[in-house]
Amino acid sequence: MSQIEQILQERILVLDGAMGTMLQRYNFSEEDFRGSRFKDWPQSLKGNNDLLSLTQPKALAEVHSKYFEAGADIVETNTFSGTTIAMADYGMEELVYEMNYESAKIAKAVANEFTLRNPEKPRFVAGSIGPTNKTASLSPDVNDPGFRAISFDELREAYKEQVEALLDGGADILLVETVFDTLNAKAALFAIEEVKEARNITVPVMVSGTITDASGRTLSGQTPEAFLISVAHLPILSVGFNCALGAKQLTPHLEAIATKADFFTSAHPNAGLPNAFGEYDETPEEMAAQIKEYLEKGLVNIVGGCCGTTPDHIKAIADLVGNYQPRKFVIPV
Amino acid sequence: METSVNIYAPRYLKLSGLEPLVITPDSNFINVGERTNVAGSRKFLRLIKEGEYSEALEIARNQVEGGAQIIDINMDDGLIDGKAAMVRFLNLVVAEPDIARVPIMIDSSKWEIIEAGLQVVQGKCVVNSISLKEGEEEFIRQATLIRRYGAAVIVMAFDEVGQADNLDRRIEIAERSYRILVDQVKFPPEDIIFDLNIFPVATGMEEHKRNALDFIEGTKWVRENLPHCSVSGGVSNVSFSFRGNTAVREAMHSVFLYHAIKAGMNMGIVNPTLLEVYDDIPKDLLEHVEDVILNRREDATERLLEFAETVQGKVKESKVDLSWRKMPMQERITRALVKGIDQFIVEDVEEARQSVLRPLEVIEGHLMTGMNVVGDLFGSGKMFLPQVVKSARVMKKAVAYLEPYIEEEKRNNAEGSVSQAAGKILMATVKGDVHDIGKNIVSVVLACNNYEIVDLGVMVPPEKIIQKAVEERVDIIGLSGLITPSLDEMVFLAKEMERKHFQLPLLIGGATTSKAHTAVKIDPEYSNAVVHVNDASRAVTVVGDLLQKDTGVTYKAGIKSDYESFREKFLARTKQKEYLSLSQARANKLKIDFQSQDIYTPNYLGIRAFEEFDLRQLEAYIDWTPFFRSWDLHGKFPDILMDTIVGEQASELFEDAKKMLRDVLDEGLLTGKAIFGIFPANQVNEDDIELNVDGDNYTFRTLRQQSKKRQGVANIALADFIAPKQSGLEDYMGCFCVSAGFGTKELAEAFEKDNDDYSAIMIKALADRLAEAFAEYLHKEIRKEYWGYSANEGLDNQALIDEKYRGIRPAPGYPACPDHLEKLTIWEVLKVEERIGVKLTESLAMWPAASVSGYYFAHPQSKYFGLGKIKSDQVKDFASRKGIGLEEAEKWLAPNLVDG
Repeated sequence: MSQIEQILQERILVLDGAMGTMLQRYNFSEEDFRGSRFKDWPQSLKGNNDLLSLTQPKALAEVHSKYFEAGADIVETNTFSGTTIAMADYGMEELVYEMNYESAKIAKAVANEFTLRNPEKPRFVAGSIGPTNKTASLSPDVNDPGFRAISFDELREAYKEQVEALLDGGADILLVETVFDTLNAKAALFAIEEVKEARNITVPVMVSGTITDASGRTLSGQTPEAFLISVAHLPILSVGFNCALGAKQLTPHLEAIATKADFFTSAHPNAGLPNAFGEYDETPEEMAAQIKEYLEKGLVNIVGGCCGTTPDHIKAIADLVGNYQPRKFVIPV
Repeated sequence: METSVNIYAPRYLKLSGLEPLVITPDSNFINVGERTNVAGSRKFLRLIKEGEYSEALEIARNQVEGGAQIIDINMDDGLIDGKAAMVRFLNLVVAEPDIARVPIMIDSSKWEIIEAGLQVVQGKCVVNSISLKEGEEEFIRQATLIRRYGAAVIVMAFDEVGQADNLDRRIEIAERSYRILVDQVKFPPEDIIFDLNIFPVATGMEEHKRNALDFIEGTKWVRENLPHCSVSGGVSNVSFSFRGNTAVREAMHSVFLYHAIKAGMNMGIVNPTLLEVYDDIPKDLLEHVEDVILNRREDATERLLEFAETVQGKVKESKVDLSWRKMPMQERITRALVKGIDQFIVEDVEEARQSVLRPLEVIEGHLMTGMNVVGDLFGSGKMFLPQVVKSARVMKKAVAYLEPYIEEEKRNNAEGSVSQAAGKILMATVKGDVHDIGKNIVSVVLACNNYEIVDLGVMVPPEKIIQKAVEERVDIIGLSGLITPSLDEMVFLAKEMERKHFQLPLLIGGATTSKAHTAVKIDPEYSNAVVHVNDASRAVTVVGDLLQKDTGVTYKAGIKSDYESFREKFLARTKQKEYLSLSQARANKLKIDFQSQDIYTPNYLGIRAFEEFDLRQLEAYIDWTPFFRSWDLHGKFPDILMDTIVGEQASELFEDAKKMLRDVLDEGLLTGKAIFGIFPANQVNEDDIELNVDGDNYTFRTLRQQSKKRQGVANIALADFIAPKQSGLEDYMGCFCVSAGFGTKELAEAFEKDNDDYSAIMIKALADRLAEAFAEYLHKEIRKEYWGYSANEGLDNQALIDEKYRGIRPAPGYPACPDHLEKLTIWEVLKVEERIGVKLTESLAMWPAASVSGYYFAHPQSKYFGLGKIKSDQVKDFASRKGIGLEEAEKWLAPNLVDG
C-alpha cells in the first residue's frame, strides 16, 4: 500500500485550487510568456500557461507554496495541456517532455520543502493530465457521425510522453482529469499502464470526469455510473468529478458514484457557476458550505478546487475536512 | 483504528455502454442480441457488403428496442474488410444514444479486429472471444491487452489440442484458463465469461449424445469451482439437427435453457422468436426432448426423431389448442373476448364486417354478444377483474379496427346513425388528486358492458366536470379520489350539481370514500341519487339499475331512503362516544420515562438523497396483498394463489405482474428517487415537535386522541414519542419521501394509446407497490444503518409487513396523523421538490402518485395508532399553533371532526 493510500484510510486529503486563476493575477504579457528563450517564436504564446513552467518558474513555485500554506496536501502540476496534441496549437510539440518534466520538478521541490518543515503532514505532487482538445468517440463533423479527428493510438502515444516526463520530474500521483470523453481517459490509462509495466513500478492514479450540463451525463453521453465502470478496470487510487459546474451541481453525480466505487473518491469543483463576465465569484465561505455537504454525506476522500478557486477557498476547505470522517466504501472479496 | 475500508461486497460483472449493466446473482438471464452478426444474419451481411450502414444501424436499434441487453457485433466474412467494417460500424453505433446505451460485445476470431473495436468504444465491452488455441503466450498477451483496454472477456473451451468436446475437457480447459487469467494476468475473475461450447444433440452419432448434458454439467462445475465468473453460449446450435422443424427446435431451446440456467448459465445468445415457454411445451414433446437433452434413454434420439414427424411442419400456434378456430364466427369472437386472445380478432371482425350491411352492426351485434357473455360470467363470479380487463383489450382492438369503416360510412351517409350505447358515463378523479387505478378499472369494466365512457383523467376541476357533463349529455357522473381532501371536493361537486339543477345520479368511489361519508356528507347536499361504489363488479349492477328505464326511478328512491336511514343510524351511534377536552386529553398523555439509553444517537445526521435508486433492490420488499386487492381479488398473499375460487386468476395476474415487473426492473423503465433526513428534535408546547435542521428550527404539529379511554390507556399524540425539551435530553426524529413513480405516466399513456388498459393499470399498480416497498426498504436502512438503533435486526419480508420492528414511520394523511398539511413542512425541511422532484398538488397529494412520505420515530415505545375523532377545542388550538384560520383547519381535518 502506498503512503498516500495509508493516509487516505485515516483522513480526507485536500487538493489545491486553480492554477490559471492564480497566474492571471500576475498579468503576464506576451513578453513574459516568451521569456528570452522563445522571444523569436513564430506564434503568439500569450495564454500558453503550460509554457510558464519554462519561462516563469518562480511564479509557479509561489502559487504552489500558497496552496500548501493554505493547507493543501496535494498540488497539481501546471501541465493540463501538456500533450503534443494540445501543444500543436503553438507548434510546441517538441517541448512537451521538457514542460512536463520541469513543471513536476518545480512542484516537487516546493512539496519537499513543506514536508521537511512538517513531516507529520507529507505533501504530494499530482501530475495533471488534461483531456486534450480532441474527442476520440465523438465526431466533430455533423455530416459524418462516423468520422473521428483523433485515434486511440495517437492519444495513447501523446499521453505516454506526458506520463514519462511527469514521473521523471518527480510526480507522486497521476491525475487524469476533466474527462469529457471516456475513451480519451482510457487511452491515458492505457499509456500509464504501459509505462508502469516498462518501468516495473506502481503509481497511484486518480481519474476525474466532468459533467458539463444539466443532462447529468458526460459530454460523450455516459451516466456517472457508466463512467465509473468504464474506468475501473485498472488499479486506480480514486475516481471523481471536477470542473464544469459548481460544488452544488456536482453533488448528485458524486452521490451516484460514491456508493458504487470500490476505491477512493475525489471532487474538485469550480468556485460556483461563472457569472456574466465568465468570472467565478463563489466566495470561500459559500464554497465551503457546499463542500460541507459532501463531507456530511460521506461522499469524498479527496477534495479541492478547480476553476476560480484560490488559496482562500482551499483554506476554507482545509479548515473543514479535519472535522469529518473520510468516505467509507466497499471492496470486493 | 477505524479504516475507511470496512465493508466487503461480492464481485459482480459490470459492463457499460452509455448506461451501466451490472450482472448480479439476482439478474435474469442476460440476453445478447445477435442480429448484428454477419455470420448470423444474412440481411446484416448484405447491408454491410453493400455499405448500407444506416440500415444496418436500424438492425442494431431494433435489437436494443427488442430487449437485448448487450449487442454482439461480428464482421468476420471473407468478402468484407472486417477491421474497417468493425471500426466504421462501431463509430456509427456510438453516435446513436439509443443503441449505445447498452454494452457492446466485440465478436471476431481475428485479434486485429477485436483490438480495432476496443479502440473506438468508450464503455466497458465484452470481447468474444479468446482461447488457449494458439498457446499460453498468445492467450496471456491478448488477455493483458483486453484488461488494459477495459473489457470483459469470453473464453472459449478450446486449447492447443482442440475444442473441448466432453465434460472432463471442458473442466480441464476452463480451470487452466481461469488460473492463468486470475493468477498470472491478474484478470478480475468477475470479468471472465466461459463459453463451454454448445454442440448439437440428436445427430445420430453416439459421441454427440452427451453434448448438451456435458455443457450443463460443465456449467455447474465452473460456477461452483471458479468463483465470480459467468457462463455463456450460443443456444441455437443445440438443435442444429432439427433445422426446419420449428416446433421441436423451440422446445429444445427452452428445455436446454431451463436446465442450463439452473446449472448457472447466466448469459447467452438466444433468438427470442425461436423459443417456447417451458411450461407450454406439450407433455409428450417435453418428455421426448428432455430425454434427448439430458440423455436419459439409449433410444432417445430415435424416439424424438419419430415423434418429430408428428409435429413436423405445424406452425407454432398449433401447439396450443386451436380447434376453436374452426368454430362458427360468432363463437370465435365470443371466445376471443372471454379468453382475452387478441391474436385473431382482426381477421374475425373483418369476416363479421363482410357478413353485415353496416360496420356498426359488428359492434352492436357480434362484439356485444361476446361482451354480454363476459359480463354475465363476471357478474356470476366466474370471471375475475384481470380477465375482464384483458377482454376489454380485445374489444378495443376490434373497435379500433372497425372505426375507419364506421367513419367512412358516416361520410357517405350524412344522417348516419349514432351508436346505441347503454348509457354515457363521465369519470373523473377530482381536483388535487392524482390516483386513478380504481377509476380506470371501473371505466374499463363499464366500457365492457357497453357503456360509453367519458374519462376526464386526474386532477379535474369541478367546473370542468360540470361543463363536460352538460356538453356530452352524460347519464351518470362518477367521481374518484384517494386522499382525504378529495372527500371535500366531492361534497363541493354535489353542491354545484344541486345548484345547477342536475338530474344525474352521482357515483362515489376511491380508497378513502365510504358509505358513511357518502351518506353523511354528500347525499344530503344533492337531491338526486348518490351511490357509493367501491368495486368494479358492483359498479356494473348499480349503473344498470340506475339507468333502467322502467325501474330506475324506484331504484333511485330506494337508494335515497337507504342512505337516509344509514345516516341517521350512523350519527346516532357516533354521538354516543365520549370525548375529553383537549386539556384532559393532554393530562392523560402517554408518559414515557425518557432515559438516555433509549435514545440512540443516529449514525447519520442531516439529509441524504438518492436520485437514481436501483429499483431492483426492492423486489424482495414488495407486499403483494394490496396489489391483489387493487384488482378486487381479496385474500392474503401468497395463500391467495392457492385459493379455490380466485387462485387461478390470482396466479395468472401474478405471472403477468412479475413479467412486467421484470421488464420494468431490467430495463429501468421506472426511476426510484428518495430523500430522508434525521435531525435533533424535542417535544415542545405539549403536542409539537421542534426540529433542529442545521441551526434552523422547524415545527411539526401533532394531533392528540380525544376519545375517552378506559383506565390506564393513554390519549396519544406522536409528540409523546419524543423527549420533551425540559428533560434536557437531545432526542431525534426523521422524515422522508420516496417515489417509484417517475416514468409511470409515460408508460401508462403508451399502453393506453395501444388500447391496452390492462397493462396501463398494471404498471400503476406495480409502481404503487414499488413505492411502498421503497418506503419499507428505506425504513430498514434507517433502522440498521443511518440511524442504526437496530443494527442487528434480521427480519424477513413478512415480519416487515407485520411491522415487527422497533420504531415507526407514520405518514401524514394516515390514521396517526390524518393532517395532510404537515407534508408541507416535510417538503420544506427536506427540499423534496427541488431535490427529487416529487410535487404536492393543491390537495397535498404527491405527484407522481406512486410516492410515500412520512416521519421516523425510533423510541422503543413508539407505535402506530389511530387518531380517531377530535373536538373543536383541539381544532382551534391546532389552527392557532399553526397560524392558519379555523375554517382552513376544519377543512383539512374534516374527516376527523366530531359532529355537533
